[in-house]
Amino acid sequence: MTFLRTRIPLLETGAAWLLALLWLAPLAYAFWAAFHPAELATHFKLFAPLTLDNFAKAWTYAPFPRHFLNTIILVTMILSAQFVLCTLAGYAFARFEFAGRDIAFGLVLVQLMVMPEVLIVENYRIMSRLGLVDTILGIGLPYMASAFGIFLLRQTFKTVPRELEDAARVEGCTFIGVLWRVYVPLARPTYLAYGLVSVSYHWNNFLWPLVITNSVETRPLTVGLAIFGAPESGVDWAVISAGTLMAVAPLLVAFLLFQRQFIQSFMQAGIK
Amino acid sequence: MRHVYGWLLLTPAAILLVAFTHYPAAATFIDSFFSTGTAVRPSRFVGFANYASLADDPIFWQVLSNNFWFALGTIPTAIALALVMALWVNDRLPARALVRMAYFTPTVLPMIAVANIWLFFYTPQIGLLDQVGAMFGVPSRNWLGDPDSVLASTMAMVVWKEAGFFMIFYLAALQSLPPELEEAAKIEGASRWYFFWRVTFPLLMPTTLFVLVNATINSFKLVDHLFILTKGGPDNASSLLLYYIYQVAFSYFDTAYASTLTVVLLALLAGFAVLQFLLIEKRVHYR
Amino acid sequence: MRWLFAVLLAALCLATTPARAATELTFYYPIAVGGPLTKVIDGYARQFEKEYPDIKVNPIYAGNYDDARIKALAALKAGQSAPLSVLFSIDIYELLEQDAIVAWDDLATTADDKAWLKAFYPALMANGTYKGKVYGIPFQRSTIVLYWNKEAFKEAGLDPEKPPANWNEMSQMAAKLVKKDASGNVSRWGVMVPSTGYAYWMFQAFARQNGHDLMNREGNATNYAHADVIDALQYWRDLGAKHKVMPEGTVEWGTLRQAFTEGKTAMMWHTTGNLTAVKDSAKFPFGVAMLPASKQRGSPTGGGNFYIFKKTTPEERKAALAFVKWMTAPERAADWSIATGYVATRPDAYATPKLKEYAAGFPQAVVARDQFEFATPELSTFQTGRVRKLLDDAIQASLTGQKTPAEALKAAQQEADRLLKPYR
Repeated sequence: MTFLRTRIPLLETGAAWLLALLWLAPLAYAFWAAFHPAELATHFKLFAPLTLDNFAKAWTYAPFPRHFLNTIILVTMILSAQFVLCTLAGYAFARFEFAGRDIAFGLVLVQLMVMPEVLIVENYRIMSRLGLVDTILGIGLPYMASAFGIFLLRQTFKTVPRELEDAARVEGCTFIGVLWRVYVPLARPTYLAYGLVSVSYHWNNFLWPLVITNSVETRPLTVGLAIFGAPESGVDWAVISAGTLMAVAPLLVAFLLFQRQFIQSFMQAGIK
Repeated sequence: MRHVYGWLLLTPAAILLVAFTHYPAAATFIDSFFSTGTAVRPSRFVGFANYASLADDPIFWQVLSNNFWFALGTIPTAIALALVMALWVNDRLPARALVRMAYFTPTVLPMIAVANIWLFFYTPQIGLLDQVGAMFGVPSRNWLGDPDSVLASTMAMVVWKEAGFFMIFYLAALQSLPPELEEAAKIEGASRWYFFWRVTFPLLMPTTLFVLVNATINSFKLVDHLFILTKGGPDNASSLLLYYIYQVAFSYFDTAYASTLTVVLLALLAGFAVLQFLLIEKRVHYR
Repeated sequence: MRWLFAVLLAALCLATTPARAATELTFYYPIAVGGPLTKVIDGYARQFEKEYPDIKVNPIYAGNYDDARIKALAALKAGQSAPLSVLFSIDIYELLEQDAIVAWDDLATTADDKAWLKAFYPALMANGTYKGKVYGIPFQRSTIVLYWNKEAFKEAGLDPEKPPANWNEMSQMAAKLVKKDASGNVSRWGVMVPSTGYAYWMFQAFARQNGHDLMNREGNATNYAHADVIDALQYWRDLGAKHKVMPEGTVEWGTLRQAFTEGKTAMMWHTTGNLTAVKDSAKFPFGVAMLPASKQRGSPTGGGNFYIFKKTTPEERKAALAFVKWMTAPERAADWSIATGYVATRPDAYATPKLKEYAAGFPQAVVARDQFEFATPELSTFQTGRVRKLLDDAIQASLTGQKTPAEALKAAQQEADRLLKPYR
């Protein structure tokens, strides 16, 4: 799909590769440290024996299974809610004329700039009043109405030809029916794109979950990793790398397998 | 009827948005005019006293200055790098798919997870940078412990994290450029550099602006690495506004002052939003 | 189908309802040293439950000291605090200001209880006592000790069994221990003192050795700008800037242990809580000594105490008392000390056969205890987070050459005064 079919001079090719290697260096180090015994975390003896000890240790030091579960619940919950809420809102903005629509849309876009992370002080207070401190729902609630999602779906829905909607209405569909039968199926690529963006973002989110959670039962992987990696006695890179790899493995594997889709979806999300 | 329907559809999302974006923003503003309440001394109206403390607080000014340099250091670098990466990956580069994957990998890794690895890179003497430096006879540097180099060190890490993400947007834009342009340029004997600078780059303006806005927001939002790398030190040399807000609110429990700081952050973000609106609506070359 | 569901639900409810209501004791604890210590704590909890079947113990690992404090206070604000917590010994003023804790004296009514309160090292009780009442029971306590690399000492021509006893000796010996490689870059430093993480704690040692404490017992005044205190900071700065035996700039707390075990520094000041970790990873013989003296020896104590919260029922308080007494019994204190490297909190723990044997084979383990004689409580005042950060920043500013010690400390003292005035 390239259009600029120029040949790149050798020097540049070398530079591009060097940069790629540099870019992979941190991950490569994590693999090195995780699979070799702790003494070798800072020495690079090429043919040293491998070990799975660090993974075993990391698994017992921190409650990773629980954190995994929390993260999966969190991400799924947020994404499902986003799909529903943003579809409804996007549909409203795309196809309905109602008083104050443009102002409302402007207000929605405010969230693109002013994200929940920026308002940690006040949001914490609100969650406290709602009794949602230290719950997974508390982590996810501020993100469920996503301005980005609304924006994307509005754009997508706007491109759906009116004739399809009219045809469905003729057959006696209600507005919701039209939404469900016509718009949603046609927006599938957008949903996929948005889904990947959202999952990726919330899997890796740190500051707000740190603030709102206090216990193992609710903390996601990122917060678990941060606590696990910062004891008073200092950093044990071998074990931390093992823990890190375990935490990023699902996303990384998914990324490697579905590289095209990942990149395509981020691209899609951006173009619009 | 459509009016009512429209609002009905919007309501669920609207409730959450107002509850967690608009209302807190307003509440933060109001809270900045009161003092922090403790069990022993309840909160009371203090007018602009918190703002006066803000002006007197050397850490606040340090943090603001840090954020400014941080933005200045990461935004252009990340964008330029992203553009170069996109150009490379878009052309017939050998092992293109692998290179693209390498560039994009940092995006899928959580910042907090890779921070420990970067800590290793930056550790004096036993860390990777110093080990490589030792091979070339370069003396060991205290990257994170020297106020002169700590901010730059954190910037390097953030650029590493972001460039791949922005590259994607440029890739998308590049791939939607019509091929005739390049062919025409080739026929007229234009050099690669000329073609890029006079044709490609201007056409990428919308993307650049979009990426610019994203990068700016991120430069205020990205503080995860500080928790592991420096905790804002040494002597606040690497601290950023959002991190300071976190410290004030959750380590000192001084919520009124934290609200005051947040108001400053909101004002900055609002300022950039207005800037974006003006720039994109007025000056961008759309096809 | 629905009736089947209902039956199952009922069965489930019955299954999870305890036959006899036991007192549930939840407590938060931080772990500040590496290792599978959550397992050890869980083990203690189960052991305790066997001896006291009426009490169910629920230990909750809360991260590091900051996390634990934040969690405990947040839970308090949200109305759901745990009855018991191990928190940083210096959190006492914050907890008092929030009116969150109860004095153990009020619960320790029997003669046995009162004897128990007196069984700990006085140096460790200092932090937990306010206006004569005990609020914090020592649990995982530490002091700073000097670790030294015996092999490096031998290599430099120094007696490997004689660590430096005072400041002069330390800078002189360190100078001999600095090793440079072919290109003139330092490959091993003489001594390293960490200045990130808990810089103020390290500085307390210097100040104490020079004869001064950094705060008063009421928690409402600091002593940052006394001439001797400034001199102490100057000595620390000189180690890097003048004697060149320490790297300039800040020394990272988290990576110092590695630097020591990798031979990048011949001596290090660090918490005794690292002892087990160093023992396990050092490939050379090493010694542990009391910190060198200036006018006198000195080290701050550190670590965590048990606190009991106000929002507790009488049953919870009784259960908490029983549990804490059990957890701080000599056998447990000895066991915990061996597993972690923390100091055992009471003299009779060192008289138990287990610890006696351990200390015989590993004499480094008792150095921290011997240093209690010269110990001072960890820096703690009202508004403690901010007041400590002022000192941390001042220390870091001096060590990186941004300000002179006098400038930095005087500015910090001024700010601290302003913050603490309302409490006088």
